[in-house]
Amino acid sequence: MKGSTSLLRSIQIQMRVIGALMMREIITRYGRDNLGFLWLFVEPMIFTGGVAAVWSLTRNFHASNISIVAFAVTGYSAVLLWRNCASRCCMAIPPNVGLLYHRNVRVLDLFITRILLEIAAATVSFVTLSVLFGVIGWMDWPKDLVLLIGGWLLLAWFSAALGLVLGPLTTYAEVLERLWHTLTYLILPFSGSLFLVDWLPPVVQEYALRNPIVSGVEMLRAGYYGPAVHSHFDAGYLAICSAVLTLVGLSLVPVAAGRVEME
Amino acid sequence: MITLQCVTKVYGTRQGPRRVLDDVSLTVRKGERLGIIGRNGSGKSTLIRLIGGVELPTLGRIRREMTVSWPLAFGGAFQSHLTGLDNLRFVCRIYGVDYKRTVPFVEEFSELGAYLREPVRHYSGGMRARLAFALSIAIEFDCFLIDEVTAVGDSRFHERCQIELFEKRRDRALILVSHDANTIRAHCDQAAVVENGRLHRFDGVEEAQAFYSAVAA
Repeated sequence: MKGSTSLLRSIQIQMRVIGALMMREIITRYGRDNLGFLWLFVEPMIFTGGVAAVWSLTRNFHASNISIVAFAVTGYSAVLLWRNCASRCCMAIPPNVGLLYHRNVRVLDLFITRILLEIAAATVSFVTLSVLFGVIGWMDWPKDLVLLIGGWLLLAWFSAALGLVLGPLTTYAEVLERLWHTLTYLILPFSGSLFLVDWLPPVVQEYALRNPIVSGVEMLRAGYYGPAVHSHFDAGYLAICSAVLTLVGLSLVPVAAGRVEME
Repeated sequence: MITLQCVTKVYGTRQGPRRVLDDVSLTVRKGERLGIIGRNGSGKSTLIRLIGGVELPTLGRIRREMTVSWPLAFGGAFQSHLTGLDNLRFVCRIYGVDYKRTVPFVEEFSELGAYLREPVRHYSGGMRARLAFALSIAIEFDCFLIDEVTAVGDSRFHERCQIELFEKRRDRALILVSHDANTIRAHCDQAAVVENGRLHRFDGVEEAQAFYSAVAA
């Protein structure tokens, strides 16, 4: 190993480290046996599937003629994405402090690992449920796949950025982790998962769209329902918010890394 | 070669900033065996963690121009929920080493037997040390960092370390940290004393020991 490691070499090492961390995380969280690995996806699937089933049975959206199952699947998949990315980044360091003994393992890798795993889990759950419900006829196939994927990717970016900001902040105040769990319940009703912006009075719509997550969920649903619903979103706004959060997060990570104390 | 240039490490404590290492410079060449002696809390473990890149210096530069192990110490470096073999697999992935090729050596050297398939949290201190040494020797670093771990383990473990680390791998560099000058004398040909955040280097272990006895008294 030379004193000045080339950029390409550094990237190779980091990819290797993140791969190893992901395998490790899966084993510690879900156990050794093969079924354990499935839990990564089954957990969110049961959650989303359950909500979809309850909503379709109780039919509390009489005002609308859109598919309730599709509404639940898009809405809750989005919740899983931003909620889990952020909450898994909170307190990501303490259980992994021992691994930082290996020089190549950096604090940023711990966050990236958890973010990638949560995005993968939410994506697999979203895709599997959509295909499953599509096949048995509970849901139509998406009308505009590009818009759907675009919305999903933007939401994933925003969720990752949110994790990168919250994760380092928990090294300053551990109470933030508990606070975040409470906050998710407060943010949830305003995150666009439980309503279409079009259902809101025009005055309220403007305020609702100030939450960047709402734009992402609206994009998902625009992709799903196509012209059947009137969607309101600002992809550029969501992207800018994500970019700003990413920059803030990336500048917080080294500060947090400096605060980590080894045993 | 490992070079430390004017390295200072400051920790924030409740009583305000504490300077654990103050303007330390050090060079370790390939094949050199350096012992670092110091009393408890003198900053020698901090020094070895900085050399290993576990922590970053507050001031100064550290250059590593050979592969350096992680600091082999009592704690750290393992995931206690995972088995010994899972930890081996993880460490191999991190350092880009083929896992399967390392297993026979680790099984043989660690003598952990069926315990390799048990979570590391069930291990005793000596068993952890055996696993740590087995892993790091299997990965074949140019320089081994050892933090007091030779103090644990039975005579059989010491004998194996003697053969695998101190005889078969004589060409490797070694930085050994201890509060015990006899340990240093047994394994090192050079020595340094950490005292009040300062590093005093000596050519021979005897001089270092004399200095250490003088300041420790």
